[in-house]
Amino acid sequence: MDNITTDPQESNGLSRRSALKGVGAMLGVAAFAKAIAPLTEWTQNISAEEFVQKHYKELTPIDLEIILHRLEKDTRDQYGADVTIKDYKPQEGVKFGYALNLSVCNGCRKCAEACHIENNHDRPSNQSYIRVFEMSKGSMDMEKGNVHYDHPVPQPDKFYMPVQCQQCERPPCVDVCPVEATWKEPDGIVVVDYNWCIGCRYCEAACPYHARRFNWTKPQISAIEINPIQSYLSNRIRPQGVVEKCHFCLHRTRNGRLPACLEACPTGARVFGNLLDPNSDVRQVLAHKRVFVLKEELGLKPQFFYFFDV
Amino acid sequence: MHIKFGKTSAALIGTAMVTALGLGLYFSFVVLTAGQESGTVAAATIRTNSPLHPVVIKRIAGPPRVATGLTNFHGQPVMASCSTCHATTKPNIDTRSTADLDQFHQGLKYVHGNLTCLSCHNASDYDTLRMADSRPVEFAEVMTLCSQCHGPQRRDYNMGLHGGMHGHWDLTKGGRARNTCINCHDPHSPAFPLVMPVFPPRDRISVQKHSHTTPANR
Repeated sequence: MDNITTDPQESNGLSRRSALKGVGAMLGVAAFAKAIAPLTEWTQNISAEEFVQKHYKELTPIDLEIILHRLEKDTRDQYGADVTIKDYKPQEGVKFGYALNLSVCNGCRKCAEACHIENNHDRPSNQSYIRVFEMSKGSMDMEKGNVHYDHPVPQPDKFYMPVQCQQCERPPCVDVCPVEATWKEPDGIVVVDYNWCIGCRYCEAACPYHARRFNWTKPQISAIEINPIQSYLSNRIRPQGVVEKCHFCLHRTRNGRLPACLEACPTGARVFGNLLDPNSDVRQVLAHKRVFVLKEELGLKPQFFYFFDV
Repeated sequence: MHIKFGKTSAALIGTAMVTALGLGLYFSFVVLTAGQESGTVAAATIRTNSPLHPVVIKRIAGPPRVATGLTNFHGQPVMASCSTCHATTKPNIDTRSTADLDQFHQGLKYVHGNLTCLSCHNASDYDTLRMADSRPVEFAEVMTLCSQCHGPQRRDYNMGLHGGMHGHWDLTKGGRARNTCINCHDPHSPAFPLVMPVFPPRDRISVQKHSHTTPANR
């Protein structure tokens, strides 16, 4: 014991203790520099205003106007496109519902393409809120569907089932969000505040319909392809590292228009409307067709319905 | 023949103008009131006081013009109305396929049940169509003709459940345009053809799923 404690004293000038302290300090500084390196990168992409921005629901109309202005400017600076970003509110007495006729859907994927174009999705990844499953007749299990079919459609022994956000009455994605960046609006649309989302992807894991998408990269889209009619909660170009999802084209539907996927459908398989209006097209489906919802056993009460003609 | 052609065109323009709006309003009424037992006012009209915009059913311009196989001195194909030739040819009630014909309409794909040409085309006026009870019906009214056999489709159409559309779901905000039968279905071969799907998915999730999908499921 004595030998060990006294030996270092004999080295001349620098003690072992001081040397170790020095090395420790250097390692500490290096580790700290490494640790904050992403932060310096990050601050280049985020302005001070964006950093202190409040949650969407806490914004005053003036706050919101300033933010929309800033986002329009950011789009101009980063993408070279002049766009109009607005904030459309839910209408009184409207709750949106969607129905899809599986007897006529032919699996052409035009809806997925229309979504891609309408909602300013990342071009290289072919991002879209709609995934079309090729299903074997006799099964309703979407987990057994194939999205990579690449042959003329429809095949006689298959049917085709497009799946997008089902706008659940009890959305599990909303329950799991640790920061309340996603919520259900009064008109039934589940929305995301892209500026509040922290990108943890819990919601993506919670969704049994695989309806949520994560922006792994900053979306790439050329100025000429950008849809300039945008809104805060829907199709504005999303930042990197946030989750997004189908919002029933709320920038269109809250202005009375039909969703882009419906207008693109060449078979007329899609029916959209106000569930609170007993005369709406979608209510006619519920009244006159045999309707089912996906994964009903989960009890999430989707507002997206499937039906067959027979 | 020239007089006849002129008369048809004038009549068509007239009917098109008058009935376009009328039919649109009629069908908006039909769509809104379908499924209503009692005559209660549509909820859509209660919600706001603004008048409803029309639901317009797309209409074809009129009788088709058929390529004669000739070209004019500009090199453009010469088109003719049906009656140009059919006024002088004798109708054959048994013709079921273009293979039965020596000339014209060659290459027309015809797969439509067990119908003959004259099931739908009117032998006494080829610029109109013919109902099953032999009443003439304008080409623009083709939906009336198709509905004779395709009742369930017509029923669904009236409820807004069949056929593509664009415009507004909310008729207080704007109108809606709906396809007519032949916007989507070739009347001579009405079944949807096979198409190649567009827009293959390339996102990470689906690629991963692909590698796990067993051949039995694909």
